[in-house]
Amino acid sequence: MTIVYDDRGDEVASEVPVRRIRFTINGERKVAEVEPRLLLSHLIRRGLGLTGTHMGCDTTNCGACTVLVDGRAVKSCTMLAVQADGHEISTVEGLATASELHPLQEGFSDEHGLQCGFCTPGMMMAAKALLDSNPDPTEEEVRWALSGNLCRCTGYQNIVKSVLWAADKLRSQS
Amino acid sequence: MYPSRFRYEAPHSLDEAIALLRDGGDYAKVLAGGQSLVPLMKLRFASPELIVDINNLPGLGYHRADPDGTLRIGALCRHADLERSALLQATQPTMAGAAPLIADPIVRNRGTLVGSLCHADPQGDWASVMLALGGSVVAAGPGGRRTIPMADFVTGPFQNVLEPDEIAVEAVIPAAKGARSGGYLKLERRVGDFATVGVAVAMETSGETVTRAGIALTGVGGSTVAAAEAAGALVGGPLTAERIERAADLAAGAARPRTDHRGSAEYKRHIVRTFVVRILGRVDGTAERAA
Repeated sequence: MTIVYDDRGDEVASEVPVRRIRFTINGERKVAEVEPRLLLSHLIRRGLGLTGTHMGCDTTNCGACTVLVDGRAVKSCTMLAVQADGHEISTVEGLATASELHPLQEGFSDEHGLQCGFCTPGMMMAAKALLDSNPDPTEEEVRWALSGNLCRCTGYQNIVKSVLWAADKLRSQS
Repeated sequence: MYPSRFRYEAPHSLDEAIALLRDGGDYAKVLAGGQSLVPLMKLRFASPELIVDINNLPGLGYHRADPDGTLRIGALCRHADLERSALLQATQPTMAGAAPLIADPIVRNRGTLVGSLCHADPQGDWASVMLALGGSVVAAGPGGRRTIPMADFVTGPFQNVLEPDEIAVEAVIPAAKGARSGGYLKLERRVGDFATVGVAVAMETSGETVTRAGIALTGVGGSTVAAAEAAGALVGGPLTAERIERAADLAAGAARPRTDHRGSAEYKRHIVRTFVVRILGRVDGTAERAA
């Protein structure tokens, strides 16, 4: 895998230190050579072409870039790609199967949990981490779990409904 | 945004990590949760030449109580671990109160208590909690370990007493000599914001008598404010309404808030007073009172 870096002129290309990392993303094993300062979000978007993970604020506030690392929700703009070495990453692209949407995706569709959709991947990944550990959350618990994710459109009402919808569906499936 | 270029090492032993820091000198930084350091590096407020990532060091993710009740929190114990801790819920009301109020839930999954103490943000919540509880930080360096009281650990905004080749490996809360009570309250404009005002109260009582008290304030001074006089007003007798009022007044007096976009100095001082009364009101079982 090749990642192209900006040529800043002041930095000599041969001095770029590169490290080899191995990780799993959405169940697929990967090897990558990354510069230590590469952020996980950039590895996902630019290196792997998985642009479902959005970069919103780039300052650890908005949560649009949320992915799961070993099942825990993490803001991928605030973790170095080299730190993914040996770990499992899940992104929004890993939710659906070839034929079926994930209940969270269905829920966001059915309950109108998105307007512009920019925050949605981060919302869904944070919600996935919640439902994996707590399959029957209260509305309050959903709001608490999503309090690190910002949405500028919806006012959150329908996002919370979407997650509760998905929780219901997942419970009825199991 | 991305950080300026650095060398990255992720050692598997503490000795190795210390040796790397020794080589790196002033230009090396320890990376634990990274929830403060990585943003600072992206903004280029910090441009370390060497990053020593301690996430691969074994056995630092713990928080546990010694048989005598001393609480120990390892350098890789995440805020989220503390938030979900049954041990803290049962034995550490001030810490259990603060844990869910640190940053936001996603940041809490990676950020660490020890890292946030080292970061020494004057607005940090854990520093107040540690001060109120009389806690300390254990540092490991080439010459062994030393224990630094929290009151001496921070020397200024974003500055601590660690030598360049030392790693903070543990935070320690001493055992309570009596029954522990207290709490942490934080006023924030929205989840994840720094505290407009934060108040930590930690108390120990033997029978009816308060034997030890600590009060510390977040966000109302250039650094964490230890309100020693206010805490002193609680000690030596039972927790009465008069003592609570006196402590609340003294805590508000100890605050040095500034008027800013989060509120006026007067408002913040008022909140300090209110929070002290609220925390202590819960403790002595009386209804919440307005200040």
